[in-house]
Amino acid sequence: MKGTPEKEDVEYWRWQEYHRIFSEKKWKNKDVITAGVDVGSVGSKAAILIDGEVYSWGVMRTGSNSPDSAKKALDWAMEGTGLRVNDFKYIVGTGYGRVNVPMANKAITEIACHAKGANYIWGPSVRTVLDVGGQDIKAIHCDETGRVTSFLMNDKCAAGTGRGMEVFADLLKIPIEKIGEVSLNVEEEPPPVSCTCVAFAKTEAMGLLRKGWSKEKVLAAYTHAMAIRMGNLVKRVGLEKEFVITGGQSKNIGIVSRIETALGVKCLPMPDWRDNGLDPMIAGAIGAALFGKALYEKAQKS
Amino acid sequence: MITVGIDLGTQTVKAVVLKDGAVVSRGKAFSGFDLTKSAQQAVDEALKEAKLSLSDVNHVTATGSGMEMAPNANSTISMMGADAQAGVFLFLKARTIIDVGAEEARAVKCDDNGIMMDFVVNERCAAGAGAFIEAMARALEVKLEDMGPLSLKAERASPINASCVIFGESDVVTLIHRQESKPEIARAIFDAMADRISSMVHRLGVNPDVVLVGGVAKDVGFVASLKRKLSIDVLIPKYPEYAGALGAALVAVRRAKKV
Repeated sequence: MKGTPEKEDVEYWRWQEYHRIFSEKKWKNKDVITAGVDVGSVGSKAAILIDGEVYSWGVMRTGSNSPDSAKKALDWAMEGTGLRVNDFKYIVGTGYGRVNVPMANKAITEIACHAKGANYIWGPSVRTVLDVGGQDIKAIHCDETGRVTSFLMNDKCAAGTGRGMEVFADLLKIPIEKIGEVSLNVEEEPPPVSCTCVAFAKTEAMGLLRKGWSKEKVLAAYTHAMAIRMGNLVKRVGLEKEFVITGGQSKNIGIVSRIETALGVKCLPMPDWRDNGLDPMIAGAIGAALFGKALYEKAQKS
Repeated sequence: MITVGIDLGTQTVKAVVLKDGAVVSRGKAFSGFDLTKSAQQAVDEALKEAKLSLSDVNHVTATGSGMEMAPNANSTISMMGADAQAGVFLFLKARTIIDVGAEEARAVKCDDNGIMMDFVVNERCAAGAGAFIEAMARALEVKLEDMGPLSLKAERASPINASCVIFGESDVVTLIHRQESKPEIARAIFDAMADRISSMVHRLGVNPDVVLVGGVAKDVGFVASLKRKLSIDVLIPKYPEYAGALGAALVAVRRAKKV
């Protein structure tokens, strides 16, 4: 068994960190180069924009130290671009750890940044944004410019968050990136688990496994319950088309498809982030960098 | 007259036997898989101690989240109703009864007859119940029963996110890595939970005397934090985890007389 990791050592919650450069774009010193750094509770994202167009980004796991995570994420977005921190005209920090982004010129709430970023990724028709992050869920309403008109937040509870999903990935020993597909691998959608509290849902899930339910079915029941919870948050803020999902959970097809069912609407098509499209997980970082550009230009005028 | 009260909780089943309205014995069993069987065990244990048999019993009243699983029950009473009855029986001037169990917490307002007037419940969230302390003790690698005494050694509390068990666990790990002292982390855990319970009680209004019952009332750490948060003295009976069963047995007395 040499070379194969011990079963218990597998970290099922661990997702792929990566970075991307649109190499067809080139930057020059006179360009307005701005960066947005979104330090979330679970993931840290940095996006670099040239004259308001996305050029590169980096996505990595947040460590125990926010300033470090911010720096690492930005370094990763810069890797291979030849850019140095001095080249940035403006850097905006956002996310849960936004006040701990040492190189940022300003901190802006992630709610504003996600709406702005969603507007950039999907265009001006977006009106409702559901951002499912590691530690909270936000339902945001915005206008055609990506300006926030209202929002609702579910924080201080892991139900429906990425962290809750990680707990289930670990419990069921399913890699987090497969969790969406696996949850859809059931003949019939089971009823949702009765507990929204992740701690209780875990106990309930173990009971269901003991009863002989398959992992897929248990995961489907949990995902179903979480999707209903997220759908209700969107309903409370008021669902208006077009509707999109940002944050790490936008990549969980099990969650996305069930939210669509719960709300009776389709999300705008997901960009192909694996290939050459933008990643909905970096919406906040893009939004932050866009604010950075606007703030820089405003400062130049005055 | 012999009456029995059974409290079928999520973690343990408790039984209390009353003879002419006075407690003669108690019994307890883990809830386990088969609640009916566990309840039978708890009742058998209590009856045995009182040297009685089921045929001597005039009325059995069940309460608790699993009350419909109770064996030989003549009637049932809500958990809040049972709490109110027990609270006033134990402390004549009790008007607010806080019950913190393994998976649920409640606060009940009652009148001088032990009749429930109003209540608030924390349910479906582990953060306001015993399950929270259990999970945090695991994260801290401290035995559950050592948590309370440990927390009393702290002079201050480290800040933690205690509104969710899942987030709390990560916070505790972070604090351990930061080498915060275990007593301070333990105190933070109790403070946070007491915060949650006290805000729940405040929604109801704090009417003295305040009585704390349920299994978590045995934890000195939680009690100290709750007293601090409520800034009021909190009365605790000798057997707080039996309050629900006691309340049910008291209701059984009234119901037996009616028949």
